[in-house]
Formats: sequence, C-alpha cells, structure tokens
Amino acid sequence: MNAAADAVDREADRLTELDSPIGDADHGTNLRRGFTAVRQGLRDDQPSGPGPVLLLSGRLLVSKVGGASGPLYGTLLRRAGKALGDESAADGRQVAAALRIGVEAVAQLGGAVEGDKTMLDALFPALTALEEALESGEDLADALAAAGRAAAEGAAATVPLRARRGRASYLGERSVGHEDPGAASSVLLVTALAEAVGAGE
Amino acid sequence: MRQLINVPETVVEEALRGVAAAHPDLTVDVENRIVLRGDAPVAGKVGLISGGGSGHEPLHGGFVGFGMLDAACPGEVFTSPVPDQMVRAAAAVDSGAGVLFIVKNYTGDVLNFQMAAEMAEDEGVQVASVLVADDVAVEDSTHTAGRRGTGATLFVEKIAGAAAQAGEPLERVEALARRVSESSRSFGVALSACSTPAKGGPTFDLPAGELELGIGIHGEPGRERRAMMTSGEIADFAVQAVLDDLRPEGPVLALVSGLGATPLLELYGFAGEVHRVLAERRVPVARTLVGNYVTSLDMAGASVTLCRADEEMLRLWEAPVATPGLRWGA
Repeated sequence: MNAAADAVDREADRLTELDSPIGDADHGTNLRRGFTAVRQGLRDDQPSGPGPVLLLSGRLLVSKVGGASGPLYGTLLRRAGKALGDESAADGRQVAAALRIGVEAVAQLGGAVEGDKTMLDALFPALTALEEALESGEDLADALAAAGRAAAEGAAATVPLRARRGRASYLGERSVGHEDPGAASSVLLVTALAEAVGAGE
Repeated sequence: MRQLINVPETVVEEALRGVAAAHPDLTVDVENRIVLRGDAPVAGKVGLISGGGSGHEPLHGGFVGFGMLDAACPGEVFTSPVPDQMVRAAAAVDSGAGVLFIVKNYTGDVLNFQMAAEMAEDEGVQVASVLVADDVAVEDSTHTAGRRGTGATLFVEKIAGAAAQAGEPLERVEALARRVSESSRSFGVALSACSTPAKGGPTFDLPAGELELGIGIHGEPGRERRAMMTSGEIADFAVQAVLDDLRPEGPVLALVSGLGATPLLELYGFAGEVHRVLAERRVPVARTLVGNYVTSLDMAGASVTLCRADEEMLRLWEAPVATPGLRWGA
C-alpha cells in the first residue's frame, strides 16, 4: 500500500491532467488525499496480514476520497481483503482469487463492463494476465509484472473508446481520443503491487 | 488567477466556518462537513438530506432550514461527499420518521449515497432515495450514466421540503420528490470557463467571443460551441431544448440560475427573454425564480430549468421557507 501511495503521490498531477479534458480535473488530487490517509492509517493501526491491511485501506479510501474513485477502489480493496481473511500470508492463487472478487465487486457497483472506458479496461486484462501467468507456473512477482503490462495495454486501448459510464459519458463522442484517467490510475496501482511484491515486501 | 482563498486544500472548511458565523440558526459540523438545521431532529418529521461537490453554492448548504433541507453534506470542490457524512447526517436528523436522500445523477454522488443508504439502514434509519436527472443537454440512454442532475434539485428540495415540513410521511415525500424530478428539465449555457481552487485557473479553454451550449455544472462540455449569441438568441435555444423534451401542457415553474459570475442585471434580462419565448410557445409561467442558485464557481452564463407544476406542487412551492439561500413567507 505504501508503494501505491508513493506512486499516487508521484503521478497525481498526470492523473489530474488526464481528467481535465473528459472529467473535472481532480482524479489525482482525490486519490492523493485517499492514499495519504491510507499511509497514516496503516502507520497508526498496524494491521497484520494482507487481508486486514486491504480491509483498512479500502475503508479509508471510501471515507476520504469521495467522487466515484473512492467507493470503487475502496470496494475493490475491502472485498479483496475480506476474501483473504485473517491469514498472515497469501500465496499467488489466493491473491488472484481475492483480486477477482474485488474487481467483480467494482464492476457490479459501477454497473460497467469492459469497453465502457473505465478502470475496468485496465483491471480485467490485468486479472486475466495474472491468472494465466500463475497457471503457467510463474511466481507471483513475475505474474504481477505481467498483470501490470496488461493493465497498461488496457489503459492505452481506452483512448479511441467512447465513454459509457462515469462523468466522461456525458460528453458522448467528445470523450473519444482521451485515455481514461481511472484506467490510468489502475495501471499505477497494479504496477505498485507488482513492484512491492518483486521487492519482497 | 485572483481567488479569495487561503490555500486550495482548506477552502471547504473555511467556507463552512463562515456559514457557521453568518447563520447561527444552523448547526455546522466543520470537522465532519455537515450543515444541519439548528433544531434537528424535528419530531415526527421526515429528514431531507442532500449533498454533492462544493462549488455550486448556495446548493446545498444554503438550502438547509425551515421548509427545505434538514442537512447538507458538502464534498470537496466538484467531488461528491463520502458516505460517512451522509450516515452522520442521517443519524442527526432522523426523528424516527425516516430520511430521504436527494441525489444528483453523477456517478460519484450515486455511489456514495448508495453506500451511505446501506450503512444508515444497518444503523436502523429508514432511508429512501430520489435521483435528480434533468439536464437535456446530455443524451439519455441505457448506454450512458444518464442525464446530469442540475437545477431541478432546487425544485425537488423546496417542494419535498414543504411536504416534509407539513408532516407528510416518508412514502409520500419520496413519491412527490420523484414526481418533481421527473417533471423538470434543464439546459445550461457557459460564457466563460470556471476556475477550481486546486487548479488555480480555468478548467477548460473557451475563447473570447464563443459560448458553450449545454454546459455541465462542473464545466463538462455541452452539445456544441458557437460564436457569441445575444441573450434573446440564447433564450430561444435553451428554452426550446427544454421544451422539446418536457412538452408541458399547463403552467410551469421557471428557474433562471446564474452560474456564478453573471450579474443579476444580465440574469433578469435573460429571464425576460425566457418569458418571451415561453409566451410565444403558449406556455404559462406560474412562478419564476432568478438568481445564483445552482452555480459553478466563477463560470459566466446561466441555466434554465422548467418544471411541469401541478396544483400540489404550486401550493408547496408557495409554502414558507427560511434558509440562507431561499426565504419567503416565514
């Protein structure tokens, strides 16, 4: 989560810029506020194990971010955290299964599907890449790195799409030609997870 | 940019401190960002709660008081509030008669209010929700997030507020709020971009001599951009866009709301043109409200909202109201 917070800090301005033409220029600012609270909350409460860490992080995102990204990312982390339970560690399969539960909860909450030009266009390909890599015997760090690459490809593929969900959908055709900021922030978070696991955190 | 602020991070808190100072009959919880009626909870009364991003003042905090909202939850500028705010507000205003959430149709507002409704119900508060989605500039289809909620929010808050003040039960207040929402349509026109405190400058580029038809209240682009038009030409376009969708057969309530930076001299002139167009289309106007009510920071321009008003709505519109932003008869 600290890696995610660092990534959000680093890239907040770029996310906000992406949000300017098709949203309302606050995606980076909002996520930075949320992840600052997550960093502080994890320091104060020191939950142990991946499940409790994700649960607390999700709750803090919901209660600090607002907008659409707060409930969506908050729900992803809370549901994934719940799925992992109180175990002190999780293997690759458990992580992938928990993330699938989280991402599907996001899809249900937002009522969106792949191709609607949302964060799901990065998250679903990442999930598929993660599952396939684990299936073919790669370790979790490598599989997450593959997931990060798939997320980036998915986000880039949102550029020519017309938005059907979220604020950008109000623009209709005028949303075409811009990368979805939610997909871009999803790339950051998946990549941060990959880097953290790769670094043995 | 020249903005009357200290730092962008605390503009909402600073505004709430000012609300508390100027309106001692309200209870302002600055830390948790809730504006409450000073006498909440009112025994036996349904609690009306609304909220949304800040930057649209007086919406919603300016409409808290007798005959209108019981609580408002302001979010960051142009960002929806978080569920914790609505849950606290619901607990503070619920007298046992339940609460109604009035939600503008933006993905963030919808998601956060939906989570709040579940959480408040877990705590034993009966919650109903009504969605306001009146902006005809947005294509309404099952493949989009639907229309944006704008000026009609004021009609819903005032009329449902009067019904709740009169002691109507939750089901009736909710049904009435839904009827007002479904009977209202809006269209907005921007003559300049707005500037968010965080960005410190215009959020989009609108060259001098051009205007944006169908603008959203966060500066989202509208239907089209054209060379500057006269007030009368804008009224022709905006009123026609609303009437094409609303098709009123009787009297309407009219709201001509400034977007923040257009003076009343221009707004009243524009309201006169709106009346002219409605008269030409043989649409009688029961009441007209002109002023800055649903704004977009410092955007220049105006929105037109019309509501097909039945007798009950008109009676409740006339009922006394005492809030910082709307006050008559009380």
